[in-house]
Amino acid sequence: MANKKTHAAPGEALRSQIGERDGAREKLARLARQNKLAVVSAAVIALALLLAVFAPVVAPYGEAEPDVLARLQPPSAAHWFGTDELGRDVLSRILYGSRLSLAIGILPSVAALVIGIVLGLLAGYFGGWVDYVIMRVADVMLSIPSLLLAMVVMYTLGSSTLNLFIALSMVGWASVARVVRSQTLSLKETAYVEAARSIGVSRFTIMRRHILPNCIPSLIVLFTLNVPAAILSESSLSFLGIGAQPPAASWGLMVNQSKQFLFNQPWLALAPCVAIMVVVLAFNFLGDGLRDVLDPHSQNE
Amino acid sequence: MKSFLKRVLGMIPVLLGVVLLIFIMLRSIPGNAAAVLMGEHVDPATVERLTRSMGLDDPVPVQFFRYIAGALRGDLGVSYRYDRPVTAMIAEAFPATLQLALLAALFAWALGLAAGIAAAIRQNKLLDRLFMGASLLGVSMPIFMTSLLLQYFLGFRLGWFPLTQEAGNFASMVLPAIALGWNSAGSVARMTRSSLIEVMQADYIDTARAKGLLRGGVILGHALKNSMLPVITMMALQLSSMLSGAVITESIFAIPGIGRLATTAINNRDMPVLQGTVLFTTVLVIAGNLLADLLYSVLDPRIRKEV
Amino acid sequence: MTENERAGAQNVLSLRGLRACFYTEHGVLPAVDGVDLDIPRGKIIGLVGESGCGKSMTARSIMGLLREPGRIAGGQILFDGRDLAQLPEKELRAVCGQQISMVFQEPMTSLNPVLRVGRQVCETLLVHDRSLPRAQARRRVIEMFAKVGIPEPEKRYDCYPHELSGGLRQRVMIAMAMVCRPQLLIADEPTTALDVTIEAQILRLMRALRDETGMSVLIITHNLGVVAEVCDEVYVMYAGKIVEHADTFELFDHPAHPYTRGLLASIPRIGQAAERLHAIPGVVPNLLHLPAGCAFCPRCAEAGEACRTRRPDLTEAAPGHTVRCLQYCAETAERRNA
Repeated sequence: MANKKTHAAPGEALRSQIGERDGAREKLARLARQNKLAVVSAAVIALALLLAVFAPVVAPYGEAEPDVLARLQPPSAAHWFGTDELGRDVLSRILYGSRLSLAIGILPSVAALVIGIVLGLLAGYFGGWVDYVIMRVADVMLSIPSLLLAMVVMYTLGSSTLNLFIALSMVGWASVARVVRSQTLSLKETAYVEAARSIGVSRFTIMRRHILPNCIPSLIVLFTLNVPAAILSESSLSFLGIGAQPPAASWGLMVNQSKQFLFNQPWLALAPCVAIMVVVLAFNFLGDGLRDVLDPHSQNE
Repeated sequence: MKSFLKRVLGMIPVLLGVVLLIFIMLRSIPGNAAAVLMGEHVDPATVERLTRSMGLDDPVPVQFFRYIAGALRGDLGVSYRYDRPVTAMIAEAFPATLQLALLAALFAWALGLAAGIAAAIRQNKLLDRLFMGASLLGVSMPIFMTSLLLQYFLGFRLGWFPLTQEAGNFASMVLPAIALGWNSAGSVARMTRSSLIEVMQADYIDTARAKGLLRGGVILGHALKNSMLPVITMMALQLSSMLSGAVITESIFAIPGIGRLATTAINNRDMPVLQGTVLFTTVLVIAGNLLADLLYSVLDPRIRKEV
Repeated sequence: MTENERAGAQNVLSLRGLRACFYTEHGVLPAVDGVDLDIPRGKIIGLVGESGCGKSMTARSIMGLLREPGRIAGGQILFDGRDLAQLPEKELRAVCGQQISMVFQEPMTSLNPVLRVGRQVCETLLVHDRSLPRAQARRRVIEMFAKVGIPEPEKRYDCYPHELSGGLRQRVMIAMAMVCRPQLLIADEPTTALDVTIEAQILRLMRALRDETGMSVLIITHNLGVVAEVCDEVYVMYAGKIVEHADTFELFDHPAHPYTRGLLASIPRIGQAAERLHAIPGVVPNLLHLPAGCAFCPRCAEAGEACRTRRPDLTEAAPGHTVRCLQYCAETAERRNA
């Protein structure tokens, strides 16, 4: 695109004038100051995690505690979000379901991150056929629409919670690997990496000490945006009936089971939908905010 | 045209990789597909005969090359469940998905571009914040939520549109198209806005203003075309997520498309159909990306020559 | 006749106490701090200084091209009896391109890469005269291309910027600026991005155009060589303020400000090859933390005690020659005595 060195643009002159070269901590502080939404989002995420961990404590009813006398109740003081077709409290189900939904959002993203970092470093650092093979595999993974890929994995492994983890980890690593690889390629040629190499620092140490730290800002952003994608994939698969299986509680599964009551008891389907949306929204806001301060490519606002 | 051909050829290993990956994954299922197919109380001789007739006793590499050779001739195998050629089933289902995806794309791009441009023009003003909040909401809503909300409010409560799709009834396509396009509209709006704002920082924007152009003229005459380059690339990537989303939309609105084919194939343990639909969809996505490249180079005179 | 009117009769543009600041979260940076500057009709004026001294900001203020967080904070930009600083955007745009036009530093990025250059030049005409028939506009653009020395102007009309060399692109920019026959051309570092041979051609072209049309030119540059080549008068700018103003010969023969002398000494000259190239020590001061006294004081070899505490005003060194330096009076006296 256009040459980014716009000498006349006041922004650059200005930045050098006020000596603005912030470290990561200052950047986060700036984020906290300027982007209230990101702060609120972080708080929402923290709250959601706490509620998931302490679900047995905070939930007013048990995870699967049917009350046959109170089936399909509308929201009331006793049941804030009503009850489902078996008379289970929807709020409690959502709280318990958040454990699975959040875990499936976060853990496969961590796995994808680790796999992606390792493969990306290998591809970028060693180049040649290692690079070619890894990146073609990544191309393959990125070419298949993610939900369909996850569906194929679920078909092969069978529908279960563990397999859901595996499927979503397989989907996410390719984009991480691409980012790490391109960063590695550009850093490999820098003077300080060459200097390190010339004094005999091992490849592993160079990658760990010099290259990886430089990828971290992009990776934080990528991770924050991968989590909501994984949550959405989980809920989609569970919604289609090929993810988590009853009697487990997961948000997508709850929507799946209650969609038949949509017209008469809409809260049953909508309550878990809103839960998904709030968490995904929070992660997206946070990811956006982080990208604005951490990602050097989009730092012109 | 040369480098474009090169890109097309470069897709071949990726495509082979896709086939190989799906092939291996689907064939690593424990148990005999023929036995699964026949149910449990069949005599082993029948299972064996079926296995042989399906070529399942051949080594996997042989099966793989047989499949590739077939796929090149347009033969994707025969459905276990329906005993029909997979290609024919896909050909039957594809028009419904195509119609859905095109309508959704139309909706998403029209709404997304308009909102993105409006937000960029009013950068950091109320309208901008409103639109960007709405678009992030759009991106964050699971597609089944959008679908169910539309069904409940516009379909059930207001009764404006049919709840499920009926062949030949345009009004019945509206809700699925909006549901499917909603997320993409959000992404397109966000991308359009940020791209436009970035382009507005370019030197030639100053030149245009120095010429005496007002802000509106600068945006329409100078910024828009430049800013559309990344947006177009993203629109092509949207195709992939739209085809993913179509799986859900089709299931909710009872549309007999490719996505429905894939979901039922999973429920029926109908491996050839699943394999065929995933392969077909992936080819569509790859073709869409190539198309975006081509479009990009047509729009950008700097790389037009190289194409 | 008021003072402003009298100034307007001689000068095409006058800046009176122009202030332009960046409003950042770290504080307000006065990038242009009370600049008075006159551009007489038919003259080429140079505005010289290091990068970051506020010279580009001055030019951008005139054209209303300041970018957030930069804004005009005070002063007047008098043109044609009007104060451009007070003009609504719409009226300012009507002046820009037609009566005042601008050539930018980077011919590589200042042209829109996805539009044909002829169209981009043509647009200037059409913006200011909507009734102009396209064919006629095209003819005028091609004439202007020929005038600014673009070979095969008909063919170049349909070129994209990336198909032209840097020198040709800058000629296109000049054609764009000249096509409406402006009274004032502002050239912001017009030759900085170009080869030296091309630079000489472009400067000669600008002078020829001035001679032909009688327009005025404001050239913004860090290069005193450029000034010597074409300018009639020079303003030297430092840390947002004008520190010296004189006509070109006077300035080169009797530079009064230590900063100007430093700039002159740093021009490489043939025949002085043996001597080490002079560089002004230190860097441009941080506008957020300007010294209490003279802004140049920390880098000045001649600074005295008073320089650290008192801010100097512009004083007359000779008729038509002003300087902002406390040491100047004492020094000239000393020199005259010697």
